[in-house]
Amino acid sequence: MAKEGLGLEITELRLGLPGGDRERNEKKRVFSEINIGGGDVVVGEEEEEHSADRKRGTKNQVVGWPPVCSYRRKNSFNNNENEKEKVYVKVSMDGAPFLRKIDLSMHKGYSDLAMALENLFGCFGMGERLKDADSCEFAPIYEDKDGDWMLVGDVPWEMFVESCKRLRVMKKSEALGFGLEPTSFLLKGSLEIETK
Amino acid sequence: MLRMASSFPEEVLEHVFSFIQSDTDRNAISMVCKSWYEIERWCRRRIFIGNCYAVSPRMVTGRFPEVRSIELKGKPHFADFNLVPDGWGGYVYPWISAMAKGYPWLEEIRLKRMVVTDESLELIAKSFKNFKVLVLSSCEGFSTDGLAAIAANCRNLRELDLRECDVDDLSGHWLSHFPDTYTSLVSLNISCLGSEVSISTLERLVGRCPNLRSLRLNRAVPIERLANLLRQAPQLAELGTGAYSAELRPDIFSNLAGALSGCKELKSLSGFWEAVPTYLPAVYSLCPGLTSLNLSYAAIQSPDLIKLLSQCPSLQRLWVLDYIEDVGLEALAASCTDLRELRVFPSDPFGAEPNVSLTELGLISVSAGCPKLHSVLYFCRQMSNAALTTIARNRPNFTCFRLCIIEPRTPDYLTLEPLDVGFGAIVEHCKDLRRLSVSGLLTDRAFEYIGTHAKKLEMLSLAFAGDSDLGLHHVLSGCENLKKLEIRDCPFGDKALLANAAKLETMRSLWMSSCMVSYGACKLLGRKMPRLNVEVIDERGPPDSRAESCPVEKLYIYRSISGPRFDMPDFVWTMDEDSALRLS
Repeated sequence: MAKEGLGLEITELRLGLPGGDRERNEKKRVFSEINIGGGDVVVGEEEEEHSADRKRGTKNQVVGWPPVCSYRRKNSFNNNENEKEKVYVKVSMDGAPFLRKIDLSMHKGYSDLAMALENLFGCFGMGERLKDADSCEFAPIYEDKDGDWMLVGDVPWEMFVESCKRLRVMKKSEALGFGLEPTSFLLKGSLEIETK
Repeated sequence: MLRMASSFPEEVLEHVFSFIQSDTDRNAISMVCKSWYEIERWCRRRIFIGNCYAVSPRMVTGRFPEVRSIELKGKPHFADFNLVPDGWGGYVYPWISAMAKGYPWLEEIRLKRMVVTDESLELIAKSFKNFKVLVLSSCEGFSTDGLAAIAANCRNLRELDLRECDVDDLSGHWLSHFPDTYTSLVSLNISCLGSEVSISTLERLVGRCPNLRSLRLNRAVPIERLANLLRQAPQLAELGTGAYSAELRPDIFSNLAGALSGCKELKSLSGFWEAVPTYLPAVYSLCPGLTSLNLSYAAIQSPDLIKLLSQCPSLQRLWVLDYIEDVGLEALAASCTDLRELRVFPSDPFGAEPNVSLTELGLISVSAGCPKLHSVLYFCRQMSNAALTTIARNRPNFTCFRLCIIEPRTPDYLTLEPLDVGFGAIVEHCKDLRRLSVSGLLTDRAFEYIGTHAKKLEMLSLAFAGDSDLGLHHVLSGCENLKKLEIRDCPFGDKALLANAAKLETMRSLWMSSCMVSYGACKLLGRKMPRLNVEVIDERGPPDSRAESCPVEKLYIYRSISGPRFDMPDFVWTMDEDSALRLS
């Protein structure tokens, strides 16, 4: 047999009926203890994970098993590996009859957020006007944890997501006289500008 | 007679050959005689290369000077399950570079599991004036900047299809790089992109492309914008929705239902990300004509699925989650008697206990009720030999049978025996079986059945199965048409591999990981078989830092006429005649 002389312990590859002393519902734990035949690495690495996992009480995962392709794993709703907390905040827009909600964790940055706001309120006429940055009449502001209204875009994205409690897309005209220069830094995201 | 053959006008032969599209037939034609070889190579327009390392770009452009369409595959299939370490290879750039020089009139590029960079996309965009079709399946390495280059420059682009790619999604801007004068879009699939795209840009694009037949949106497109998009393209045959959920608002619902019913040619639906049952009825008007439905990202339970599926008598393809349960599959078998392909994916693959009532019964129902069913992918948690035998008898017309019993080495749950007999029945009855994936507890006997009966089998996937080299030997010596064999965690070692070395040259590739093939055997194979590339993939470090008898982590063997490759990372070694000299 090829096994001999390789010094491997293929001890758990049983083919017959499970031994009398083993109950069927222990089979699930047995899998996690099996020294899968062959490469040392699989056993070595898995062993550390196994003991850690046993402490955590989760099911052990062998690399690539079950054979669900990695795209599907990443994108299926039941994804344990992608535990991002959802951050829903209310978004109001001046002139819109009702508010919307947006999940900030779904967006990667200010430019993505800008696109989302445009898409959300597109039917309220924000679309075309955003093409021209300077003539844009909207400025996005947000209420932070301290209850202050801040201009969107000043702080790093992650910090913004942390502290944003609600969003408001405000008419620029209301901001005049407050020394605010809504440079539409945020709204640049939705414009056709070469950023290379 | 000879004179007749040599004076037969080439143009006539070329015209005759133009009706021959199949690669196998074309290859056969090219071997008849030298003049046919010459004529054929000048008129071959379409090339399929199943392993990008089997041949070099220069060889291809040298032999076939007038190619218009190329399809290339890179990484081994098990890369889908993270078994191939990053950086292994599959770079498309050398191909694009060679084709930029050799095929200025190239129209179509289809790639699967390859590493595509923005540089490659930019080169495509500027090299091929008549470029029409770009299909990237399970590719990675590029960003939305590369897509912008394609959009901006390919005036005649018809298809841009990104299937399950891993894209560095910088922003949704790239879409606006399609010029206002661009109107030739026929198929757009951006379902794998994460960022928001500007819906108004999308609406304008869709509105000005009258030939658009297939539109697959990404998750970020909210359901309330779908209706307007559809109104711009009522001629759509294929639609992939974005996120299919919102609070139920009658105006959104009726708007969407109305728009959908206006798409009289719509036959295929997919997407349904985060779908909620309340919006499902919006598609009811389409059900009678639906032939393909992909609900595999929708957490819809079986009652709602049954309501939907029972209205789809023309359904030919269904991809769904195991929420459908046995009861849903029974309803499917009753309503959808034209079903050809079924895939049932696990909703909770890592859970220790079953979360749904989906067993072998569901598969039995469809095998009994759907006479045209020929392709199945089924994830479940229990199986029996009796069930498999029933399924095989019901459905001898299977061409693709992939069963994944989630827990490795699970025996027949009724008898606690191995599932050898069951899979034996499958290969014995299904004489046209071309693709098979097995699972559960299997001994060498299962492989004896496979080797004996699966004569048309081309692709076989094994995991946690078998007892000894005999199992592998049965497969390699018995399956005459075997092209791809992929194995993980099986107790197969040197003997079967070395005894069947010649067989490996008749196959496209063999993958073995976490098996028991020793480094020494790999070296031997590499030395003896110059037309095979024997790649040892081992992240522990150079294999000769360990004993020759030590098994390698992963092994990828493929036939090649271009010799060993030179783009390997530091954890891949090719065993060849020189390896003994180079490594020791």
